[in-house]
Amino acid sequence: MLVPYPEAHDSNIGKRIVKDTRPVNLDLTSVKFPLPAITSILHRISGVAIFFGVAVLLYLLQLSLASEAGFEQVQEYFTNPLVKLVVWLLLCGLLYHLIAGVKHLIMDFGIGETKAGAKTGAIVTIALSVVAFAVAGVWIW
Amino acid sequence: MVTNATSFSRSGLTDWLVQRLSAVVLGAYMLCILGSFVVHPDMDYEQWRALFAADSMRIFSLLSLAALCAHAWIGMWTVGTDYLTSLQFGKGATSIRLAYQAICILLIAVYLIWGIRIFWGT
Repeated sequence: MLVPYPEAHDSNIGKRIVKDTRPVNLDLTSVKFPLPAITSILHRISGVAIFFGVAVLLYLLQLSLASEAGFEQVQEYFTNPLVKLVVWLLLCGLLYHLIAGVKHLIMDFGIGETKAGAKTGAIVTIALSVVAFAVAGVWIW
Repeated sequence: MVTNATSFSRSGLTDWLVQRLSAVVLGAYMLCILGSFVVHPDMDYEQWRALFAADSMRIFSLLSLAALCAHAWIGMWTVGTDYLTSLQFGKGATSIRLAYQAICILLIAVYLIWGIRIFWGT
């Protein structure tokens, strides 16, 4: 979907008028995503997931710290395959967000900012994440 | 205008910096917690309670909670202002985004109060 620039942008609300009639394509479904773009969007998705997942983690933490009975209750929860799956998925989100975040910080220092460097960074991020997911899975099950 | 009014620090550069500093704190905290599981794989209740009762850990936990709140605010704001725009929602976008941001901020406030209760109150 091609959208004419001036009408389409929030930044033009108000008095400022940008006399730029170049078309801009922001229809993400029509864009081919290179690997660094996929790692970037996964970083965002994992971030949003963690934001809501924190409620689960706080609940489990509170229960486990409240009393010996609560601690045993949490251990009991962890025998449930569904709980294991949810915790594993959350852990995967956290691990991915951490690894992609470290890559982000490295790039903030100007390392790997070329097209080739970004691709290498994305490959390393995915490779490390897959290993971390596997280790987390073995640990939980 | 609404976009600026709901950002974490009202400054893009400060938000950028807070996002990174909080990320380092959260990364360190996550490694600390995961590390404690690796070092003590069979923790009992008393060891688990003692871990979070230590003053150093209480400070680290509360610091990480504050970092989480700032980090989540900036991250959710970034996602919201990128995807909940007039391009996707037309004229209603500002209302939708404002509602989304209000829910995010409310949840962050709940996490903050709840977290203080857990880390300081137990």
